[in-house]
Amino acid sequence: MSTYTSTTADDLQAMLAEIGVGSLQEIFDRQVPAGVRLGRPLDLPAGMPEQDVYTHLRDLAARNVSAEDEVSFLGGGMYDHYVPALIDMLMSRSEFLTPYTPYQPEISQGGLQVMFEYQTAISELTALPVSNASVYEGPSALAAAGYLAKLANGKSRFVVSGGVHPHSIETLSTMAAGYGMQVEVVPLRDGVTDPEAWTQAMGDDTSAALFQNPNFLGAVEDAEALAAAAEGVVVASYDPIVLGILKPPGECGVDVCVGEGQPLGNRLDFGGPSFGFFAASEAYLRRMPGRIAGETRDVDGRRGFVLTLQTREQHIRREKATSNICTAQALNALGGVVYLSWLGRRGIVELGELLLQRTHYARERLCGLDGVEALHDQPVIREFAVKLQAPVRAVKERCAAQGVNPGVALVDENALLVALTEQRSRADIDRLVEVVGAAVAAERSAVPA
Amino acid sequence: MADASYPEDLLYHPEHDWAKIDGATATFGITWFAQDALGEVVFFDPPEVGSPVSKDEPYAEVESVKAVSDVISPMSGEIVEVNTALADGPEAINEDPYGEGWLVKVKLSDPSERDSLLDQATYTSQLS
Repeated sequence: MSTYTSTTADDLQAMLAEIGVGSLQEIFDRQVPAGVRLGRPLDLPAGMPEQDVYTHLRDLAARNVSAEDEVSFLGGGMYDHYVPALIDMLMSRSEFLTPYTPYQPEISQGGLQVMFEYQTAISELTALPVSNASVYEGPSALAAAGYLAKLANGKSRFVVSGGVHPHSIETLSTMAAGYGMQVEVVPLRDGVTDPEAWTQAMGDDTSAALFQNPNFLGAVEDAEALAAAAEGVVVASYDPIVLGILKPPGECGVDVCVGEGQPLGNRLDFGGPSFGFFAASEAYLRRMPGRIAGETRDVDGRRGFVLTLQTREQHIRREKATSNICTAQALNALGGVVYLSWLGRRGIVELGELLLQRTHYARERLCGLDGVEALHDQPVIREFAVKLQAPVRAVKERCAAQGVNPGVALVDENALLVALTEQRSRADIDRLVEVVGAAVAAERSAVPA
Repeated sequence: MADASYPEDLLYHPEHDWAKIDGATATFGITWFAQDALGEVVFFDPPEVGSPVSKDEPYAEVESVKAVSDVISPMSGEIVEVNTALADGPEAINEDPYGEGWLVKVKLSDPSERDSLLDQATYTSQLS
């Protein structure tokens, strides 16, 4: 393939003449010390014909296995829910396809109305009065909630439940190191945040207490008890799908609720893009990242929409911004609000109940197998972990050969994290049980105890 | 909104702040020019009582429909009172910047700093 070159030889000569240099090489000779120069061409493969590049990339792409090519029980933060055609139809409309920051936002009334409807839906789901118009994804939403706490109370330590998704803890820790925070992780006990360790970890220097519900192992945490025992800003990360059947965080003493929005109308797409949601009690309105769209009336009394809060964003406030989320995930959030509207108030409850039933059925059946037991006995909604009496990676490989992906391997615990969506039927679960049972049995007979 | 005014009994800081000195304490606020430039003020984020303030350094924020701006302290000292009425009525900063729209009261640590502030005539001559 030829490189696309927009500079002609004449352009180059004109530019060199302008700065008084004879050749391009002379610039490098003058600016880069001889000792750090390579002195030979980079060892890269030769160029390929376009047709060969296409074939090569196609071969690479063919090695990916999508959730539609196998019976997948993968979860661990992103879930294979059905995405109705309605969502693609609306998301692909040209009016919505550019989610870039509107610098004259009021000219895009439709875009602002979507943000407003989205915020309303998130606010109702979480029972918190304020929602922003979305952030990048779940982990950065949790990190942003930590920063909000730091701005609000200036304290020096985050207390994080070990049940928070490892990626979120990592993101929070990375960001927190930048502003000199300590991050203390409270271990799980019997699958949930150890209540005594949680209480003991709290102190006068606690800026925020952060937990996840359901937690990374699928267990439902006692949100009210965790919130009551916490110091500082109470932050919880929720799977939005369970909010139809769990008591909403806003009624459990949670100050800031964040989460990964992918389960709402966004496909897995190899990990993104998706969106994160961010809702808070009114006390933290001014510390929230991102923007908030609001409803108003124009001079003629007609309903209209404006950007009500964006004054803390970087394009308005430069180096003093409290948020650098300028390109919101507006298009993905649109998918989220369309999904919620499509489900409706009854639908999200019914979906939650369906997941509850199938998850319990799957857990019971799997735990009935020889060599498989529950990692914890806590209540679960859509995901659970089982411990295997055979190496988890080998079991996964055997299952994969049968077209079943039995879940995320938790290597440290030699466990499987198994997730359910409405796309996994009872027959799929029976197949999972059959394949996992055979794989565990085969591994156990292959490796003498 | 009130008409432009710059009372003669106040001292002014070039960053458009005013100070009214009463013995060892002073009341601070922003000038008519500042509130006019900001536009409709929607939120005042006050400092904590007891926190120190330094001359020429930001000590609070005002948020208008256009932007969030720092408020610069005309003198040094310690915050002894903040105008809590602004939490529910920040528009007082626009309507009455020298009266109901005062921001904080400060116990002064160096009253001689008043000598570096501007009088009404000097401050208004700098406004374009």
